[in-house]
Amino acid sequence: MRKSTRWVLGAIALALLAAACSPDASQSSLEPAGPYADTVDDLFTPVFWVAVGVFVLVEGALLWFVIRYRHRRTRADVPPQIHGNTRLEIGWTILPAVILAGVAVPTVATIFDLAREPSGGNVMQIDVLGHQWWWEFDYPDLQINTANELHIPVNTPVYLSLCAAGSGYEAQPAPNECQADLPVPAGLGLSVIHSFWVPELAGKQDVVPGRTNTVWIEADRPGTYEGQCAEFCGLSHAYMRFHVVAHEADEFDAWVRGQQAEAASASGPAAQGQEVFAANCIQCHSVNGLTDDAGEPVIGAIQGPNLTHLMSRECFAGCIFETNTDNLTRWVSDAPSLKPGSLMPSGLNELGLTPRQVDAVVAYLETLE
Amino acid sequence: MAALDQHIFESEHEATSTGLPNTKLAMWIFLASDCLLFGALISTYVLYRGASIKGPYPSDVFDIPYTSVSSFVLLASSLTMVLALAAIQRGDQGQMRVWLLATALLGATFVGGQVYEFTTFADEGLTLTTNLFSTTFYVLTGFHGTHVAIGILMLLSLLVMSFTGKITQQNSLSVELVGLYWHFVDIVWIVIFTIVYLIPTGPGPT
Amino acid sequence: MASVSVPGERGRWLTRRPASTTGFWSWITTVDHKRIGILYGVTAFAFFLIGGSEALFIRLQLARPDQNLISAETYNEFFTMHGVTMIFLVVMPLSSAFFNYLIPLQIGARDVAFPRLNAYSYWVFLFGGLFIYSSFALGGAPNGGWFGYAPLSTAEAGNNMLFYATGLIIVGVASTVSAINLAVTIINMRAPGMTMFRMPVFIWMGLVVQFLLAFSLPIITVGLFEMLFDKRFGTHFFDPAAGGDPVLWQHLFWLFGHPEVYILILPAMGIVSEVLPVFARKPLFGYQFVVFSGIAIGFIGFGVWAHHMFAVGLGPVANTAFGISTMIIAVPTGVKIFNWLGTLWKGDIRFTPPMLFSIGFIAQFIVGGLSGVTHAVVPADYQQTDTYYIVAHFHYVLVGGAIFGLFAGIYYWWPKIFGRMLPDRWGKVNFWILAIGFNLTFAPMHVLGLQGMPRRIHSYPESLGLTFWNTAATLGAFIIALGVLQFLIMAISSFMRPKDAPADPWDARTLEWTTGSPPPPHNFDEIPEVHALDDFWHRKYAETKTGRVVPVPAGGADQAVPGGVHATRGEREMEHEPHGIHMPGPSYWPFVSALGFPLIGYGVVFSPWPIVAGAAIVLIGLYGWALEPSAE
Repeated sequence: MRKSTRWVLGAIALALLAAACSPDASQSSLEPAGPYADTVDDLFTPVFWVAVGVFVLVEGALLWFVIRYRHRRTRADVPPQIHGNTRLEIGWTILPAVILAGVAVPTVATIFDLAREPSGGNVMQIDVLGHQWWWEFDYPDLQINTANELHIPVNTPVYLSLCAAGSGYEAQPAPNECQADLPVPAGLGLSVIHSFWVPELAGKQDVVPGRTNTVWIEADRPGTYEGQCAEFCGLSHAYMRFHVVAHEADEFDAWVRGQQAEAASASGPAAQGQEVFAANCIQCHSVNGLTDDAGEPVIGAIQGPNLTHLMSRECFAGCIFETNTDNLTRWVSDAPSLKPGSLMPSGLNELGLTPRQVDAVVAYLETLE
Repeated sequence: MAALDQHIFESEHEATSTGLPNTKLAMWIFLASDCLLFGALISTYVLYRGASIKGPYPSDVFDIPYTSVSSFVLLASSLTMVLALAAIQRGDQGQMRVWLLATALLGATFVGGQVYEFTTFADEGLTLTTNLFSTTFYVLTGFHGTHVAIGILMLLSLLVMSFTGKITQQNSLSVELVGLYWHFVDIVWIVIFTIVYLIPTGPGPT
Repeated sequence: MASVSVPGERGRWLTRRPASTTGFWSWITTVDHKRIGILYGVTAFAFFLIGGSEALFIRLQLARPDQNLISAETYNEFFTMHGVTMIFLVVMPLSSAFFNYLIPLQIGARDVAFPRLNAYSYWVFLFGGLFIYSSFALGGAPNGGWFGYAPLSTAEAGNNMLFYATGLIIVGVASTVSAINLAVTIINMRAPGMTMFRMPVFIWMGLVVQFLLAFSLPIITVGLFEMLFDKRFGTHFFDPAAGGDPVLWQHLFWLFGHPEVYILILPAMGIVSEVLPVFARKPLFGYQFVVFSGIAIGFIGFGVWAHHMFAVGLGPVANTAFGISTMIIAVPTGVKIFNWLGTLWKGDIRFTPPMLFSIGFIAQFIVGGLSGVTHAVVPADYQQTDTYYIVAHFHYVLVGGAIFGLFAGIYYWWPKIFGRMLPDRWGKVNFWILAIGFNLTFAPMHVLGLQGMPRRIHSYPESLGLTFWNTAATLGAFIIALGVLQFLIMAISSFMRPKDAPADPWDARTLEWTTGSPPPPHNFDEIPEVHALDDFWHRKYAETKTGRVVPVPAGGADQAVPGGVHATRGEREMEHEPHGIHMPGPSYWPFVSALGFPLIGYGVVFSPWPIVAGAAIVLIGLYGWALEPSAE
């Protein structure tokens, strides 16, 4: 029995180690890609190994004792009735305390380190608004408002202000510091707690109604980093994902310019879609530069994602779908069937659109680069 | 050893490891637990002080002199409770009944005073759901008022019991226990009155 | 069992006390702590099966990516109810079962301080649990997580979280009342000579737990009332649009929630502290230190609550304070583990099922404790919190720890409670199935959490690379289910064997083993006089001048061979009450009064009139109880 236990335990340990190094995991805190995530990893890794050491010693002692002191048929009498040993008690109170103190010092230092504002001039500030169930990213200095994909330049500390967007009880908007104009309640989700987590760039920070939390992220190399909401927020909590896309400086500038441009008026089949859009979708969505037939600007609402540059994003709807014709069509047709609790009404069943109108809208959306 | 076996479990005269009767020990532990109940309610009130986004605010509605009088009434009821216990401990059933009734009446006056106070607030626009201040205020004082009401019920029950011969000079523990509860409720009110009414909060959100 | 003498002439029919001590109705009116313990145990186990089934659904849904076996709404209800059930309706009442059954026996008393109050706790608990579960059929079960964070729980439409708030208030009443009862019993009703430091460790842990309950339950009760008022009456405690702060709910919840986890683990630690010495044949190493560490854990446990809130944004100073206090609490916890190891050291270890479960407890609790220490490293917790790494941690301590410890208690005390032994070989098989299943389910979750799997998600995409370990965990869950099923079959079939367990099958150390298996209603023919810690052991064994430990002639040790079938003193004790012992009589008022609570609950959820009716029933029940003739 004992030998097989050891084999089993050993196999499990090896498997765990192997899996931990698996290259498949694309949202892994064990693969930091920036200084903030590195700082956490640099603290966790040695502590983890200390814990492994303690594990080996203590479990080893346990295993040794149950083997060494198991009852043998040859032994008939009762073992000596040892009641304790005060020196040992003091020892095994002080030693763990000392080890923990040793762990506590870098822990406290790191807590304050991570909370400190970075020095240097190139800090970027972005507002992150958590909605049920999507992420809004607002760049106040750059006049950009986008959703689901957070673009940042590499090697730049990014200071994120985290606000919860939505309504309180009785459907009136709950104020937050990231939104100057609060949206009218129609179609507004509830203001609830979310958590912003992109493991490869930083630890998580909750998005709490009534307060503005902050978190620093920084990527040290270009790439796409996956994240998702990490605080239960209702039916589609699992579908509230996002990407952080880090660019080299010039690429980032190009992205900014693209995002700052307004949308052109659509022509051809997409023009029909633009009309349907202007009649229905603007109740929740905006497209900068959208005009009606007379050339007057059509102001959309801000309950739903800003779609001006939808096609520049690889994913949509809380980053659960790749941005392509098929997915867009299914989404516009019947969002609630794809995302439980979705506040976007079903195009076919609730808005009364025909499939051709849906196709037209999708054609329009596909012009929004 | 056999003596331990024969006694009634819930009697105040059975031998216990500490010498305290079981019911008295139970009441103390219960009151300690109730301290935490009020602690959490009072903390809620204090943490939300000044956070109400809209009015009416405390200074708009509070009438300190009025509430001081009703607080004094409740304090006086603690005195009458002490007198009731002292009476039965010297064997005076009649006096005990008088003081028990007085305690219950004073308690009822306090509760009645609160009811009147709250209807006045409601007329001035402060109902349970008006704002954050009303939420915390009414729930805190409501829990306290409920405790007082339960206390009054217990006092009246004692009064009735005293007519069935259940309370005597040798068996006055029940009076003592209700007394403990009553004094606790009174002390909690002093804390609430001080924190909620007496500590000034100014005209608007502080 | 014999019937109890009742003074019939004074009571009218309504207040006359029931007399029967056999049959179905005797279970409704029982005030015998042993029967109440059995009621708690059976009910808790039934909820264990339900909570376990909810877990199986969760694991089936998560076995592969992007599944839709159950809807997101159903998933949310299942994970919420899994947590609520396992914590409030399984581990707490199962611990209560042991406390109820054993406290009077281990301290040498005949019953608890307030026998009818004891029955009341059970009925209120049962009705509270049924009330919460009735929500599945009445609009939907609680779906906001067992932790019910506001404002999601308060702002979302539907009655689901109303059932949560009301139901937990009701079971909280049961636990508070029981805590006061058992605390008074332990403090006030010990046998002559049983000073506090001659009490078994299980009793000490029991005492700490009752105070933890008495002081933490009021705090969550306030939180639950605030939640209830927000949902039902439109108050604004957690309304962000009115200035309410959702974090207040978290503080109130975790001020209870953290002591709660010690409430969940200390009973099992107490059980392990009893079992290890018996099957190592030597005393618990460092008894006073184990006791003091339990008390220390109780106190410090009130000072660590915000370690559940490191990512909430309380600021570096608060996070530091709670990180340090959390590290501090690891020290007394370690002291216990080392003392258990010291108990095994130089012992004569027999691997009976209770011993296997106890050793399993230690091995698995070490893992859970170490992962807990890594959570105390606050910046690391910024990655770990709200992920499956946390799920792994608490299942290691709550299942690998508490449940395994409770199973050790089940196997250990089964012969005392039911008069029959559980089969040794099948018990060992049971341990291994559960241990393999448990570790296969929860060890991989450490990896899943670190690799980016958040909690409370009903589905995940293939692209995250989380599939393999999720599938493995699901397999493990079904192995656990197999083990539980095996246990059930074994337990039920044990009732077909003759009721022939001896009083002291394990050659144990504490007082419950001096009386029959099962004990007579009055527990002891004569209240024992206690001269030392482990008094029973010292009656059986003495140390010679050379330090050898030998049986005392006629001390009972030579007859108490494990598994022996010789008639012992316990069996020869009289079955019926000897002349002169009067036990508290049965009563139906606790049952009646308890019925008022679910009625009040339905009134809160649906319409006010049942509240009045329910409150009236509670009050009438209480008055009937207070006024019924004493039947001793």
